[in-house]
Amino acid sequence: MDRAYEIAASVRSGERSAREVIDGYLDNVAARNDELNALLLVGADAARASADAIDAVVAQGKDPGPLAGVPVVLKDNLCQRGVPTTCGSRILEGWKPPYTATVVEAVIAAGGIALGKANLDEFAMGSSTENSAFGPTRNPHDPSRVPGGSSGGSAAAVAAEFAPLALGSDTGGSIRQPAALCGVVGVKPTYGRVSRYGLVAFASSLDQIGPFATSVSDAALLLDAISGHDRRDSTSIADQLIPVAPSLNEGVAGLRVGVIEELTNGEGVAPEVSAAVSAAAAALEAAGAIIEMVSLPSTQFGLSAYYMIAPAEASSNLARYDGVRYGLRVDGDDLSTMNERTRDAGFGAEVKRRIMLGTYALSAGYYDAYYGRAQRVRTLITRDFDRVYENCDVLLSPTSPTTAFKLGDRTADPMAMYQSDVCTIPTNLAGHPAMSLPWGKGADGMPVGVQVLAPALGEPTMFRAARVIEDAAP
Amino acid sequence: MTPDPVAITRAEVAHVAKLARLGLTADEIDRLTGELAGILIHARDMGELDFTGVEPTTHPLPLVNVVRPDEVEPTLDRDEVLTAAPEVEDNRFRVPRILEAP
Repeated sequence: MDRAYEIAASVRSGERSAREVIDGYLDNVAARNDELNALLLVGADAARASADAIDAVVAQGKDPGPLAGVPVVLKDNLCQRGVPTTCGSRILEGWKPPYTATVVEAVIAAGGIALGKANLDEFAMGSSTENSAFGPTRNPHDPSRVPGGSSGGSAAAVAAEFAPLALGSDTGGSIRQPAALCGVVGVKPTYGRVSRYGLVAFASSLDQIGPFATSVSDAALLLDAISGHDRRDSTSIADQLIPVAPSLNEGVAGLRVGVIEELTNGEGVAPEVSAAVSAAAAALEAAGAIIEMVSLPSTQFGLSAYYMIAPAEASSNLARYDGVRYGLRVDGDDLSTMNERTRDAGFGAEVKRRIMLGTYALSAGYYDAYYGRAQRVRTLITRDFDRVYENCDVLLSPTSPTTAFKLGDRTADPMAMYQSDVCTIPTNLAGHPAMSLPWGKGADGMPVGVQVLAPALGEPTMFRAARVIEDAAP
Repeated sequence: MTPDPVAITRAEVAHVAKLARLGLTADEIDRLTGELAGILIHARDMGELDFTGVEPTTHPLPLVNVVRPDEVEPTLDRDEVLTAAPEVEDNRFRVPRILEAP
């Protein structure tokens, strides 16, 4: 498997052409995308043209940048001007954004090549990519199983070698959980580290864009390329950020690592998943880290809080799909009827469920009992993290309580599906970074993921720990 | 402020659908009544917690107003934006009537 940084190095030196690289990946897409449905759109011609342009830059003796000639898959909720962006929804089918997301501009400015748009749960709401209006994505390790979600197309694309890198978005685990289920590396950066401009909003206080890769070093390469302040995102962090790549290999001697008791040994966590976290902790200890068990009692209320806060924010954000300015319109005699018919026809079942839940949680009489409590749980979870980080540099837990489940297994029961996010949600509520990396396979032969968590802007330390775990992983 | 034991009624679901501008079918309202009740009952676990002295968190970052100099900058191209609209008239978005005819 080619690493992105090796591709970039060989393209920059002229040893390999970007055209040769992209043609190789497009062959992989052609061979398997019909089966996996990881990509909703493959921009083969545009990608080849971009590759030729990169090769021309190299021929002139100039440097195309740190991602020179590296194909990158984009989750289909990231806008690229003139390229159809669906969010996995009928309501946006055929829509071409009039602007480009900052992260996409950053990838292209660094010499990366946008290869295509990846499937996702509709508006990033789901944990299996079965909620896409354009059919589910299948797990490359076993096509009868889900790739996780909501960034299942991005994770599957990297696992199937459609591209060495992909971008996803993570609101409650939507990068890390599919990374775990597909056996790749996935990073949810600190809230505000990466601009959200041009990411179609789901829950604005939780959403964050991040990388998928086949190695920790490649994830570092892409994270550093997309991080930084953006005046077009008022929540982007204005401070100078410390890049993660330079300190990647500095090791973990003396690093204090906490293993989260509630998430690692909690109800519903498969024994092989708990065992993987213990083994990863042992590997860090062998490399000089100091391990202790830590307790974050309020995380057990994270699921309840998240499934009030995220739908509440979504119900507001998705009000814009009204059939007026873009997207689907189903006619009606008056404006309200047109709005109602458009939204009923355009949204799928999970999106409707969340809009309904969020509207209810915010409605008069119920606000305090549901939304108000959820916001206070968010405070308690953040306090728990703050307390634990007084004595720990990073934390460890599972990413997903189980390995990849079969298609259809959890679609009948929303709560069973929501349980997939129990280990990843607390990070989003606190606004912290976390990443998932593979640790062997379960008894079913499917990848197991372990999660490394860090305090706000703790990415450099988090990546150092991840590098050590990666080297020790079976 | 604890909601009553029936987490949500069919009538409430129909009312919320109206608020959310979702023209749900009768079948969708039936199904959602059961599904939302299941989720709301789960969310009641938060009622066990003591929130004395716990302020709500609305956002992970301390938010400040972000302003830019009041200077004219390029905006989205009007024609390109209108190309995406379902219906356009005289460079404006056209919608069905909002008010009753006189």
